[in-house]
Amino acid sequence: MTPRLILALVAALIALVLPAVLPVFQVTLLTNVAIAALTVVGLVLLTGVAGLTSFGQAAFMGVGAYTTALLTTAYGWNPWLTLPAGMIVTAGVAALLGLATLRMQGHYLPLATIAWGISLYYVFGNSPALGGFTGLRGIPPVSIFGLDLTDPRRFAYLALVFLALGIMAAQFLLSSRVGRAMRALRSGTVVAEAFGANTFSLRVQVFVLSAVFASAAGWLYAHQQRFVNPTPFGLNVGIEYLFMAVLGGAGYVWGGVAGAILITALREVLQNVLPTLLGTGGNYEVIVLGIIIILVLQFARRGLWPLAERWVPAGTPRLLARAITFPHRPDPVPGSFILNVQNAVKQFGGLRAVSEVSFDVKAGEIVGLIGPNGAGKSTMFNLITGVNPATRGSVTLLGRDATRLPARTIHRLGVARTFQHVRLFPELSLLENTMMGGYARGKAGMIASLLHLERREEAALQGAALAQLERVGLRDRAFDQAGNLALGQQRLLEIARALTADPAFLLLDEPAAGLRYGEKGELSALLRRLRDEGVTVLIVEHDMDLVMNLVDRLVVMNGGQELAQGNPQQVRDNPAVREAYLGVDIEEGAA
Amino acid sequence: MNIFDPAIFPILTADGLTNGAVYALLSLALVLVFAVTRVIFVPQGEFVMFGTLTLASLQLGRVPGTLTLLLVLLAISTVLNVVEALRRGDGRSAGISGVSGVALGAGLWALTTTLAAAKAPLLVQVLLTLLLVVPLGPLLYRVVFQPLRNASVLVLLIASVALHLVLVGLGLVFFGPEGSRTPAFAEGNTVLGGVTLSNQSLLVIMVSALLMVGLYYFFDRTLTGKALRATAVNRMGARLVGIRPTAAGSLAFTVAALIGALSGLLIGPSIAVSYDTGFLIGLKGFVGAIIGGLVSYPVAALGALLVGLIESYASFSLSQWKEVIVFTLILPVLLWRSLSSKHHDEEDE
Repeated sequence: MTPRLILALVAALIALVLPAVLPVFQVTLLTNVAIAALTVVGLVLLTGVAGLTSFGQAAFMGVGAYTTALLTTAYGWNPWLTLPAGMIVTAGVAALLGLATLRMQGHYLPLATIAWGISLYYVFGNSPALGGFTGLRGIPPVSIFGLDLTDPRRFAYLALVFLALGIMAAQFLLSSRVGRAMRALRSGTVVAEAFGANTFSLRVQVFVLSAVFASAAGWLYAHQQRFVNPTPFGLNVGIEYLFMAVLGGAGYVWGGVAGAILITALREVLQNVLPTLLGTGGNYEVIVLGIIIILVLQFARRGLWPLAERWVPAGTPRLLARAITFPHRPDPVPGSFILNVQNAVKQFGGLRAVSEVSFDVKAGEIVGLIGPNGAGKSTMFNLITGVNPATRGSVTLLGRDATRLPARTIHRLGVARTFQHVRLFPELSLLENTMMGGYARGKAGMIASLLHLERREEAALQGAALAQLERVGLRDRAFDQAGNLALGQQRLLEIARALTADPAFLLLDEPAAGLRYGEKGELSALLRRLRDEGVTVLIVEHDMDLVMNLVDRLVVMNGGQELAQGNPQQVRDNPAVREAYLGVDIEEGAA
Repeated sequence: MNIFDPAIFPILTADGLTNGAVYALLSLALVLVFAVTRVIFVPQGEFVMFGTLTLASLQLGRVPGTLTLLLVLLAISTVLNVVEALRRGDGRSAGISGVSGVALGAGLWALTTTLAAAKAPLLVQVLLTLLLVVPLGPLLYRVVFQPLRNASVLVLLIASVALHLVLVGLGLVFFGPEGSRTPAFAEGNTVLGGVTLSNQSLLVIMVSALLMVGLYYFFDRTLTGKALRATAVNRMGARLVGIRPTAAGSLAFTVAALIGALSGLLIGPSIAVSYDTGFLIGLKGFVGAIIGGLVSYPVAALGALLVGLIESYASFSLSQWKEVIVFTLILPVLLWRSLSSKHHDEEDE
């Protein structure tokens, strides 16, 4: 057992004892904390993990609370049926909001949630069917096996069970394939898309999930108070939930819980202390809270939890027992076309970065794409990988027209890549980074991940990732943080990540940049081994020595155009290539 | 009665345009601040509230709480500047910062208390209001956002919302829960093409139009304005040609505070402004700014005018649902933007 697991168990034990021993007032406070924390845990998944945010979580709680209030009071539904009903309604609303905003930059979602938070408040307040601003009363208690949970102590246990389930589901999700892809979202979409994730769909899913967490919290709230009105679901409350996440640490599930405890406690204290100090003329606690949040953002942007977590070692993670292995992709017929680029053109406004370039790569080859700076190599790379599709011309990959395909679909054809500027996740372990490469080999979705029903697949992914780490020589550092690696090792890690996808075609974007001499030798040896094992490689590189001694064929670009093609000797002897690189005629150079 | 009734429609339209003109001003400020500093400036509406309520306090012969806020922010920013200069080992500029901060604070305090007690004429009070509210812009930038200038848009947005709560909370402390109106700058009505408009409305529309022309001139013709635009287009590039991003940010916040305070003075006579009114007004500017994609000034201004009109028509036929309609309007707008524009991720080099 790791120290952190022991601490979690201690926390659970304390939570179990508290409702029985505290005075009733504090028990109610504890229930409030649990309800808030459930919402905030959902918000952590959205904000800290996926890099999106919402000020409308209170409004989602409101949807859950009003759904159960209406269905139980007006239609006599059983609360256990209104819980899923509220979740479904909330999920629908969230999906709508997400679909409208999540194709755009991340800040449109929070803005939309501000507007929607205000709107919904007035909808609640102005709808006679929902009781207007006075609200709905007489909500029945929740009962379990005929036992009505009217007593605050009993209800506190219900809320704590919900919170515990929420925390567990969130942790399960984070340690799954979907969770890793969610983490990738925070630093943008390029990496996740390159390994087969549909980032738009994933963003919408995360947003819906966080709304469903809030909906469950709203259901709890309605049955705790037995009464609902619009006030607790207004925008200001939604903002407060976000503050809880920020204060505790938006990137950490336990940070969210800590934030909920801290802010609820702080509010209690401030509401008691400040009016006696300053008089009753204002909402002083809001001012203090706002200032605290600004200071936290300025001085401890990741919140308080990481400061606390430092004191508890994580322990070595346990590997899962492996029951299945992923099937190996069928090798392409040796000598068949892997890549065929025909008259590719890429126009950026008035600039033609790639102009009428054609070349191909056959199975089992290592082909180098070289050229001076600004030759259009990176643009070509982006055309092939689907990051930035061609203006004209065609790209055929493994027998399929890939000219207009998005990066994630191209990846699923059997194409994996590395990045010129290393794009790893420094806070995750080498193993987790590598496993991200196998995203497209797994199938389990978000719900399976929340319930940890995908452990067989996860074990297979771990196995595949470890095998690739072994292949690049990083197996013994599998549990280190990727951020602690030297640049050369980070580049190897990117190759291991790409290999975990079991690609038929590997594209390397300047893999030797920043590597030391010895490391370059190891890289060459690795790439040769890969070719012998049947992987086809296209490599963009500046280091002539390395390229010339490694590749079967070269494509030379200059000024967006194809300058020469051939084996290393032919290219070396080509006068146009010499001129492009040395900038002078051979006669002049000799003179 | 139908809103298209000829007796009603022009009045509603005039009302909508008057409010819309103010929303348009605010939307311009929001686009400016976002473009230059990447801050989605949720508290823009609080400048409006401080504008109206500062003048209202002065009308009553009271020293507005705005002065307290201003002095506190001035003190913090002076300390920050002094500490920063000392860290650089620049004792001289530390001394200048410290002395000028203290002198400025003392001057503002003396001036405000004297003029407030003397119940100066309206025009003097208006100028004093601007003098108290406008510096809040650069000071808030210095104290809250400048230390966060390398943070993500998301972090800046959260800070912005936190600041909004602080300012609204302070508004309640300073001015109490009741709403206040300020005296009209223009009395009487004018008949234009069969429609009777109050001169105050005309004034609002004219001043807004003048301000927009002024802003256009500033951004298009002056070097400072061009520097701001350059920073908005390319922060790194602007830095390389010698434009300091913090100076640009400070200036953007000054313009935003000026626009906010003026808007507050303009609407003060027509609606009762209380400590929490500013937020909703500011958000309507936001809807306009979002219609303009937070980048286009003319589209933002037109969008904001549209918001004013829709709000005005809605308040006639569905007054309870006015806010719902205005804020739900943002969803189809966002959907349309999302489908029509090609999206880019901020990370792409």
